[in-house]
Amino acid sequence: MGMVVNLATPAGLFWGMLPEIVLTGWALALMLVAGWRHGGEEDQRFAGQLALAALVSTLFALWWLWAKDARPDGIALMIALDGFRYASSTIFLLGAIMTVMLSLGYVRRERIHTPEYYLLILFATIGMMVMSAAADLIVLFLGLEIMSICVYVLTGINRRSVFGAEAALKYFLLGAFASGFLIYGIALIYGATGTTNLTLIAVSITNLGLQSNGMLMAGIGLLIIGFAFKVGAVPFHMWTPDVYEGAPTPITAFMAAAVKAAAFAALMRIMVHSLGESIGTWQNAVWWLAVVTMLGGNLMALAQRRLKRMLAYSSIAHAGYLLTAVVSGTETGAAAYLFYAFAYTLVTLGAFGVLAVVGRNGERDVRIDDLAGLAAKRPWLAFAMAVFMLSLLGFPGTAGFMAKWYVLMSAIEADQWKLGIILVLASVVSAGYYLPVVMEMYMNQPITEEAHQESVAVGAGRWVIGATAALLLLIGFFPGRLMDVSRSSSDDLKPSAAFTLNAPTGPDAGMASR
Amino acid sequence: MLLGPALGVSAILFSIGVLGVLIRRNAIIIFMCVELMLNAVNLSFVALAQQLGTDGQVFVFFVMTVAAAEAAVGFAIIIAIYRHKETLDLQNLNLLRG
Repeated sequence: MGMVVNLATPAGLFWGMLPEIVLTGWALALMLVAGWRHGGEEDQRFAGQLALAALVSTLFALWWLWAKDARPDGIALMIALDGFRYASSTIFLLGAIMTVMLSLGYVRRERIHTPEYYLLILFATIGMMVMSAAADLIVLFLGLEIMSICVYVLTGINRRSVFGAEAALKYFLLGAFASGFLIYGIALIYGATGTTNLTLIAVSITNLGLQSNGMLMAGIGLLIIGFAFKVGAVPFHMWTPDVYEGAPTPITAFMAAAVKAAAFAALMRIMVHSLGESIGTWQNAVWWLAVVTMLGGNLMALAQRRLKRMLAYSSIAHAGYLLTAVVSGTETGAAAYLFYAFAYTLVTLGAFGVLAVVGRNGERDVRIDDLAGLAAKRPWLAFAMAVFMLSLLGFPGTAGFMAKWYVLMSAIEADQWKLGIILVLASVVSAGYYLPVVMEMYMNQPITEEAHQESVAVGAGRWVIGATAALLLLIGFFPGRLMDVSRSSSDDLKPSAAFTLNAPTGPDAGMASR
Repeated sequence: MLLGPALGVSAILFSIGVLGVLIRRNAIIIFMCVELMLNAVNLSFVALAQQLGTDGQVFVFFVMTVAAAEAAVGFAIIIAIYRHKETLDLQNLNLLRG
């Protein structure tokens, strides 16, 4: 048992939220810096370096808390202190660090001279950390909105690009629409159980026998719809390809990796922690969502000729695989999510990093055929891209394979054989659009002599591409350590039996008892 | 007391908001419908708070704050798109498609 933190006292709350406080402090400082120095390239670069320092120091604050194994005194009322929070926040921070590293060269090339770019990445990361730390539905909603509002702006940060503006508008309208569903779901769950605390919801449902309460069911349904919009699950995916295509490429990577991982972290916590005991109320709905998303995402990706749009549809398909981990509703599913999200963050940042290298002006017009002969001209870049494609496909020897295998195990452990088979079939379909990329690079000749002359990874972006490719192979061959961490981080996600059996539900024991 | 009717009105308002988002084509009107959805939820929270304690009333403030932040960002984005296209009709915003 590690450090016990009493979250009812200001000092306890300070230690419990140390990573978020550190990052908020940095972000406010950066806001001042951006206000004073927003001239040109140099100032932009300085802001980027500050953002990098902010994220790295936050990571150390988080790891300090993790190493101390901080636990709340009693049940977590607003902020959870558990391995799941530490592990998922680590994933978001790593994603944000790599996004900033990719951006350093990218914003210079695309002439996006706005230091607010980095500021918004920091605030969005704070939102994600609050989401994964939330022990209360309202805190979760606030975290989600902090994140979403920053990402709406980031999508349209390139003011000269009409595509960016259109993507931002679409993202904003549908994101706000989804928030409406989410908060209505929270209101109905509050109405049925009399509380918004995640642990007390579980207690109320068990003690009051709400498993078939209409208000609760409606609330859970609306909550799932809200999250389905946020993670881009079919049939709520229509904004995803447009937004991913119009946003600056490092931001697209940030959305596909960290934003999606954060939404799933929150969904996973609600489903396993609060609703894990009443799995019958929601499992079928999420089951269908997972199936439709896996099949739909993969089939639509097959039809794409342009790389950025193809990667957008591929990220829809991957949301389907992650939903499979949610369906199990167990701690194994949560562990599979952590492993998958880590591997997927690496591969997404790497793949969009390569796309940013080979394309120009927002990279919308890079076709898969345009990669022809990349291996002959730029062997290392092509090799890294091949690793990313094979990892997205789930080829043995890459982290993607181990991640998919872990998700499959969680589904089978929960007796979801059919879902496991559909996952494997969907992965087979996905070979139809990942492998052509590899084949174009290695089997075909460059279209012209001058092709790929400018496709050179520079600066920090090169480190991101190299490090992610190396890590993916490393995890693919030696997954043991990461699996141990994923498992131990999620083994206390379910509320302990002492709380579910004995904890009082308070004076307001919910509508159903009246 | 009035819990049932209040929740019913809130559900009706929410549905009107959803329908508006799905049917209307002007970005600002769609945004107004989203605000209607959020305020319908506020009505639910207030009605439920009457029975379940003050928590629900506190949530209303959070939802209002979020709605205000969303409005600030949303109108900035709407102005950005108007500068480029001089229209707010979503049917004319179709540069990005498969």
